[in-house]
Amino acid sequence: MNHSAIETNALRKEFGAKVAVADLTLTVQRGEVFGFLGPNGAGKTTSVKMLLGLVARTSGEGRVLDAPLGNVAARAKIGFLPEHFRFQDWLSGREFLDLHARLYGIETENRKARIEKLLTRVDLQDAANRKLKEYSKGMLQRIGLAAALLNEPQLVFLDEPTSGLDPLGRLIVRDVIQELRAQGTAVFLNSHLLSEVEVTCDRVAFVKNGRVIREMGLRETRNEIEIELQVKNPTPNLLRDLAQFGKNVRQWNGSIHLETDGESHIPEINRWLVAQGVDVYKIGAAKPSLEKMFLEVMGEDARAG
Amino acid sequence: MRGIFTISQLTIHETLRKRVLLAATLLGFAFLVIFALGFYFMNREVINSPRGAETQAQRALIYIFLMMAGLYAVNFLMVMMAALLPVDTLSGEIRSGAIQSLVTKPLRRAEIVLGKWLGFWVILAGYLALMGGGVLLIARIVSGITPQNIFIGLALILLEATLLLTLSIAGGTRLSTLANGVLVFGLFGLAFIGGWIEQIGALFQNETARYVGVIASLIVPSESLWQLAAYNMQPALMRDLAMTPFSPASVPSNAMVVWALGYTLLVLLLGVWSFRTRDL
Repeated sequence: MNHSAIETNALRKEFGAKVAVADLTLTVQRGEVFGFLGPNGAGKTTSVKMLLGLVARTSGEGRVLDAPLGNVAARAKIGFLPEHFRFQDWLSGREFLDLHARLYGIETENRKARIEKLLTRVDLQDAANRKLKEYSKGMLQRIGLAAALLNEPQLVFLDEPTSGLDPLGRLIVRDVIQELRAQGTAVFLNSHLLSEVEVTCDRVAFVKNGRVIREMGLRETRNEIEIELQVKNPTPNLLRDLAQFGKNVRQWNGSIHLETDGESHIPEINRWLVAQGVDVYKIGAAKPSLEKMFLEVMGEDARAG
Repeated sequence: MRGIFTISQLTIHETLRKRVLLAATLLGFAFLVIFALGFYFMNREVINSPRGAETQAQRALIYIFLMMAGLYAVNFLMVMMAALLPVDTLSGEIRSGAIQSLVTKPLRRAEIVLGKWLGFWVILAGYLALMGGGVLLIARIVSGITPQNIFIGLALILLEATLLLTLSIAGGTRLSTLANGVLVFGLFGLAFIGGWIEQIGALFQNETARYVGVIASLIVPSESLWQLAAYNMQPALMRDLAMTPFSPASVPSNAMVVWALGYTLLVLLLGVWSFRTRDL
């Protein structure tokens, strides 16, 4: 069995002359929670749709759970909560879950117990016999989450799962994601709420103009530090040479930033800079917030939301 | 197959829950009540006629004519149901995004199209049994007469409805609800007018007009199926009374039935292919 839940290479989608996704190249490991970040119109939803087989790729390759994109058998092991969810609102919550369990092919004897367990998990036991048309947006999102988990999936796509939820609802989703991780289920999380992503995700990919421009591990990052430098007249050679102390050296917002694996590098870098004859105005360490990283990676003109 | 049956159950369930079928059934019952009253009073008129000249055969013709009028109305209700019930089923779910929750399940897209088709077909067959059966039962109770070849006639009406249902389902894979409705009714209208042109052409022995009608019937064979159904259910004497909606002057051949079956199958396959290959 392949250890990757998702593997894509140069996936591309064009709608006529418009390129929705230019190059989707990423790997999501089994059992990891993967955040997919980018501004509106970056191609996130089209990417998810390609991975689910809802839209056909124009070119490139991809495998989901070791099967080609859109494979019918693989879908039995995939859960999906769409962003703009529209469900069969003439059904009650319990009937809705029963329908979707039947579509997954879950046997009758297992169906009832699974449905009751999930209704309790998303805190909708009391509303289970009410029609979905009477549900609030948050309740619909929770019943949609339950439907995405009916088949005990190995991979779950959650497209903006907390956008309509109150703080308690968000806590439920966060707990469910943690439980999925503990069970070894991979979660592909598409969200604009960076604080949620930061808490729940193991790794993230940043997408801009239909292209994955950066992938990084958040848990690793928490053990790392980011060093911010302000020096007089930074040159491209200086930036290149700083790479010996860490990775991802870049200039942003008037400062030089680089990531290193500990604070011990700070005096080391300082000594080296002085030895090079560079005037150092400021040197310090900070754990970068995801929001800061998002703005930095996307550029100043991009805003989440 | 499991997917087809689950989707067809969902389709039937949805139609029942949305009360569309209830409205159509109530309308159908209203029609049956009017038909029963009309048939009853016409029967009383015939029996109590001061002329007293009607022979048994003449009476039978009057009854059959009334029955054919009733079945013609049933045929029209079936056309309406076949075109309108499924008109929104795929286009509406594609537009709203509800289809995504079905398509991402371990189902082939073909199963979704075929499941919906089967669900609506069962509803149409049930509606025809109710309405056609109602007309025949009323006529039988009041007059004691049943037209000939009723099963062939009802089967042809069902085939006509199946054809229009299939067009409506297939159109919904690519067109908006409104455009799909316009297309299906437009095609039905084309067949209807084509059928009349063919009949008038046959009556006046104008071969050109007849060919135009035949070509229209080949494009959409729905009207031909009704004419063949009507032809089969009438006695020979009545068939000679041309120029009524029930007595075709130009009788469609049985090859038209084969064409209609092939046409329906082809449109269904096209609908499946169209849905399978589109982005959602």
